[in-house]
Amino acid sequence: MRFQPIDRAAARLGAAERASVRGGAKSGHEKRTSLLFGDFGDPDALRRLAGGIRQHAVENLDSYLPAAEARMEANGVRVHWAPTAADACAAVLGILRARGATRLVKAKTMLSEEIGLGEFLGRHGIESLETDLGEFIVQLDGDHPSHIIKPILHKNRAQIAASFERHGVGPYDEDPEAITRAARRFLRHKYMAADAGLTGANFVVAESGRVVIVTNEGNSRFCLAATRCHIVLVGIEKIVPRDRDLALLLNLLARSATAQQLTVYTEFVSGPKAAAQPDGPEEMHVVFVDNGRTEVLAGDCREILRCIRCGACLNVCPVYRQAGGHAYRSVYPGPIGAVLSPLLLGEGFAGKADLPKASSLCGACHEVCPVDIPIPDLLLRLRARAGREGVPSPGVPPFGAWSILASRPAAWRAALAAGKLLDHLPAGLLPIPALRAWEGTRTLPRWRGGEFRKWLKRRRRRP
Amino acid sequence: MAEAEAPAAMNPREAILSRVRGALAPLGARAPLPETASQGSPASGDPKAEFASRLRLAGGELLSSPGEIPGRLAAGGWTRGYCDPSLWPALGPVFGRGFVVEREFDQGRLDDYEFGITRAAGAIAETGTIIINDALTSRRLAALAPWVHIAVLRRCDILATLPEAIAALGGDPNVIWCTGPSKTADVEGILIQGVHGPGVQIALVL
Repeated sequence: MRFQPIDRAAARLGAAERASVRGGAKSGHEKRTSLLFGDFGDPDALRRLAGGIRQHAVENLDSYLPAAEARMEANGVRVHWAPTAADACAAVLGILRARGATRLVKAKTMLSEEIGLGEFLGRHGIESLETDLGEFIVQLDGDHPSHIIKPILHKNRAQIAASFERHGVGPYDEDPEAITRAARRFLRHKYMAADAGLTGANFVVAESGRVVIVTNEGNSRFCLAATRCHIVLVGIEKIVPRDRDLALLLNLLARSATAQQLTVYTEFVSGPKAAAQPDGPEEMHVVFVDNGRTEVLAGDCREILRCIRCGACLNVCPVYRQAGGHAYRSVYPGPIGAVLSPLLLGEGFAGKADLPKASSLCGACHEVCPVDIPIPDLLLRLRARAGREGVPSPGVPPFGAWSILASRPAAWRAALAAGKLLDHLPAGLLPIPALRAWEGTRTLPRWRGGEFRKWLKRRRRRP
Repeated sequence: MAEAEAPAAMNPREAILSRVRGALAPLGARAPLPETASQGSPASGDPKAEFASRLRLAGGELLSSPGEIPGRLAAGGWTRGYCDPSLWPALGPVFGRGFVVEREFDQGRLDDYEFGITRAAGAIAETGTIIINDALTSRRLAALAPWVHIAVLRRCDILATLPEAIAALGGDPNVIWCTGPSKTADVEGILIQGVHGPGVQIALVL
């Protein structure tokens, strides 16, 4: 019996880890639902509106990107462009070297994971430190985030306490409050000693050049209060047209991500600090990164570029809850990752073409998406693409025989009649591997094939 | 996509923008920009009362007169802190003995400050949010690093809704909305207050 890669990953997941992932994802989803429906009469209308704004922005990047750039430069921001991951890493290194900077503090950005920035900077003698509590722990452990919003959803307090003790962050203490305090004490001096701060951007506004950054912990703010140079790493798709589009998007982002009315810190940065302000960056750089996004824009799945990285689709996904984030072998896990990760690989699509197949197409991800991305449709389009490109799909049962049966009524009738034999066959002799595996843990129900057809026939005979 | 392939000599900006243009060229009509929802409902009743109740929901606290500050700080056992010098003439007299309040923030002694008192530019009633900008904040660090932050704002600067607050962003290079104390739920989903920023967020509305 061959399995899909994601099935194998799910099977390897330890009991503790599975419990963390399931519990965390489920509670995240339930809190979100109660808040969203408590606050808004018709949240679906808002999702469609937000989706419309983001789709418009994505389809007009050709005018919005230069508009944002012009405003930023007028505001005193230096704008850089990075077609590839390597270009983006080189751009950040170039900015740091020009200032003689060797220590970087980072707020959470998925894009920096995507381009492998931390590792790259390490190889070039720059110490880059994650400051989001979850990302900090991931970095200590040499691990990878397993969730877009909650990077250590797969870890429990004992593992974290052990890791803090091992790395000298603080004595072993499992209390989540003690863990948080230890990180607070450890990291605040790192901010003060750093030469530059790097953040992502949740939104970039074309009309004003504003960069919007949200965090709950305040780590991004600390980067922008303690260091003299601010580097923003942002994907080219994160544009919104107008400042006034932000109220809706911030509302939906906070509710969808963490079930809050508003994230604790929402920072609107349009340039270096004011001259009279003693704290904060004198220099601000924005690095616009493509890294495969223009190829996605050119294809038939460009709706995925609307994504605002809230993680709601992960929390609701039955596959994610079973398999955890690492099973997706990608920076972006869950339903969003099943679409985005293979797409961002461009010519390497085949390497992750199995991900869109690891879905029951139940549609829950589309239902919760704050920007109304039709994720199940996109998964189907990617499955079709994998078929067109002849990508082999191990672990997916061959449907060739089934399609012959299903398209020939006589063959179908014969098969339904022959199915009766299954009732008398010992489990080990079942002809289909998937059924044999199923029988290992369950009893097959009695064969009832053909009964619907009989029922329909009887019904039609009635006057 | 041969036409979008950038020649090696092309600068990175042009490389990306030409690929964007190439990707969008085949689209017929582009998605129109929908009008955003109405500017929210105007505040019902007293914005200060609404702000106070939302602030509490977010885990923050409200004080209504300078005289309440020493009692609140003493209750938490916080005696050393910083106060924006421009607020000192109004607030200084309320501090008795037992408090050490500096009007200069020495970032080399970050951990010596248990509280920071700074000006805020305003607040948002709908969400219980304090608005801080570069123009009115004496030090970004003083509003962030101490365990307790007291933001001083005028009642007339409380805005009703998020859309109003967006419209009021203005030209300040750095505006930050703070909604309650610094928070995390990274460890097993358990809510902990006071990660990098204040664990106690107080608004003093004058």
